[in-house]
Amino acid sequence: MFGGDDDAAAHTESIRARLREMKVSTLKRRAQSSDRELYNLGITFTVYSDRDAIDRVLPFDVIPRVLSRDDWSHIERGCIQRVAALNRFLHDVYHEQHILKDGTVPAELVLRNSNFRSEMKGLDLPHGTYVSICGIDLVRDGQGVFRVLEDNARTPSGVSYVVENRHLMMRAFPDLTGNVGLRQVSNYGMHLQAALAEIAPPSVSDPNIVLMSPGVFNSAYFEHVFLAREMGVPLVEGRDLVVEDDCVLMKTTGGLRRVDVIYRRVDDAFLDPEQFNPKSMLGVHGLFRAYKAGNVSLANAVGTGVADDKAVYAYMPRIVRYYLDEEPILQNVDTHLCREPEGLAYTLAHLDELVIKPVGESGGYGIVVGPKSTRAELEECRARIEKDPANYISQPVIDLSVCPTLIDGAIEPRHVDLRPYIVTGKESWVLPGGLTRVALRKGSLVVNSSQGGGTKDTWVLE
Amino acid sequence: MERAENLARILDVNETFARDEQGANDWLPILKLHRDEEAFFERHKEATSENVVRFYILDSENPNSIIYSVKAARENARSIRHLVSLETWMQLNVFYNWVASLTARNLRLSELSRLCGRIKEGVQLHSGIVTGTLYRDQVWSFYRLGVFTELADQITRLVDIKYHALLPSWQDVGSPVDIAQWNALLRSVSAYHGYRRVFPARMTPTTVAGFILLSPRFPRSLTHCVSNIEKTLDELLTNEDLADISFPRDSLETLKELTGRSPDDVIRGGLHEYLDEVQVALLAFGDQMAATFFHVH
Repeated sequence: MFGGDDDAAAHTESIRARLREMKVSTLKRRAQSSDRELYNLGITFTVYSDRDAIDRVLPFDVIPRVLSRDDWSHIERGCIQRVAALNRFLHDVYHEQHILKDGTVPAELVLRNSNFRSEMKGLDLPHGTYVSICGIDLVRDGQGVFRVLEDNARTPSGVSYVVENRHLMMRAFPDLTGNVGLRQVSNYGMHLQAALAEIAPPSVSDPNIVLMSPGVFNSAYFEHVFLAREMGVPLVEGRDLVVEDDCVLMKTTGGLRRVDVIYRRVDDAFLDPEQFNPKSMLGVHGLFRAYKAGNVSLANAVGTGVADDKAVYAYMPRIVRYYLDEEPILQNVDTHLCREPEGLAYTLAHLDELVIKPVGESGGYGIVVGPKSTRAELEECRARIEKDPANYISQPVIDLSVCPTLIDGAIEPRHVDLRPYIVTGKESWVLPGGLTRVALRKGSLVVNSSQGGGTKDTWVLE
Repeated sequence: MERAENLARILDVNETFARDEQGANDWLPILKLHRDEEAFFERHKEATSENVVRFYILDSENPNSIIYSVKAARENARSIRHLVSLETWMQLNVFYNWVASLTARNLRLSELSRLCGRIKEGVQLHSGIVTGTLYRDQVWSFYRLGVFTELADQITRLVDIKYHALLPSWQDVGSPVDIAQWNALLRSVSAYHGYRRVFPARMTPTTVAGFILLSPRFPRSLTHCVSNIEKTLDELLTNEDLADISFPRDSLETLKELTGRSPDDVIRGGLHEYLDEVQVALLAFGDQMAATFFHVH
């Protein structure tokens, strides 16, 4: 195993050499004990059925995904560039709207977008940072080029797995992780805390930061706990906060305490029943008033969803050039917009070759992979597109790169993607590596945890 | 967790010691102790050992069961997981998963004592881990206040019901059955050896109830709990974050007065009435805690 393959990348040679000395049965045994540890640690996400809430462990593959220093430096620069462009774009669409007025991006694509929050117009944010935490999904195509599949500029999740996976690997494979020159990931909490402090209202010198969670029933609750703990900040729910005189206060045993920065893991719509969804039980009355008055900062800002929309995505290369006057370092996947006549015609003519994605969905739901669909499924897809073309985009099937993966006691290739995390206060910092998701089903290209995906530890070499 | 431990103690002791003259176990007192007769007989015809043990260990719909208590403890820990240590959470998680995996086979009478032992150990491990790892701030103080209030509540209930159950045999004081019952009571709260050291030769209702409730050296006694509540509360109130808080001390003063009485006074004035007063004061104390620190009215 791991040997004799001419295609294997040179930078992984020392790691492959160590793995070669390990028996598959050893690997399997350690994998099982890692799984048990994840379960015991309660590093789980919750799946709700009609009757029960079941805690599931996200499957973890013990064979790491290794990135060379050069590849990483390319990705890192590309991600920082992209986040800079996203922030400039958001500032513009909530202020002068130059990019819409001169037609570089169609105005109605932004203004009619359900994630566009007109309440944000004219609001100035510290450092112009709208997207403090960004997760950019990358895939590597057949030519070995990393391409952006999706920007996640609302509340990207999964970073807790990156850190926990590494801890797990260090415990289970001390013989593999030692002395390979691995960039560390365990300082994520410190970087995040520092970035959040930077976006605090400028008048505050020692800001009080809190993490706001929808609560214990949220499927990502483990991650909320993890982040609060890693940053050393209180974990709160909406009911723990009140707004008085346009200031956000937190209930404590000693009375009310001022809150300056909220890393919220609650969607825009549920943040403040006064401003948004009036039925929200998760939010805080008057939070948006306090935000608008500049008395509290939110990460991410309200209204960032308009930038990670799948239709806006297609314009990202143009957005990068427009604001930064630079060529995009990371390429998009070619994208056909069904809202445009040429895009629609092309998509309908090549349905069986394309991946069709609804614009508003996340978690891999609603995706149709043309070459893997039956004729009936394609016809159903065609009908849906024709009914509401603007809701769909299509992309060529990317032959996602593969990584060796332990499947039932054998090593097999499985498709992977990569989600680096970019943390931005005044400036951007990228967590070395990010989350590698792996499609455990043979041949599958869908890596989402809700669709049979697992994760790997991602190693960036020094 | 304290509740789960207490249940394990009671089930264990009932199996081992509380036999009548014929050597048969009577499981009804356990139901009475928790005022569970109604709930139990809705589900079961007879208070057989199998039914009662199952009801108190595995019945997840019974709020007085071990599985229910451990699950609640785990859910509570989950919601404050950022405040408790990783080890605390992990042990609680593993412990709950183990309890949840128990089946009827594990509850066989021949296994019961060992099973109760493991449950007790699980809780003791928990409290050891918390003591060894929890950061000493307000969270620690509130944890201790919760533990001692719960222990105080349980010990008064236990003595109350046992004492009542024993009253009919009052005239048989000193008979083998009676001695066995007092024995069982002492052992159920791990007080037997301590008691023996203080009273090597005597076993009367007054000395037993007096020891369990009022011995300042017995770690589960009411007196011990109340003095720890006071100590912890005083410590908590020195916290500068809580400088503006004023805590009404009347219920605590009542508890101190009650635990300051002698066993003879307590029995003479009526044990049941005494325990009632304690329960009322404990309840009032809990309400004052909630209102003062958590703004729950």
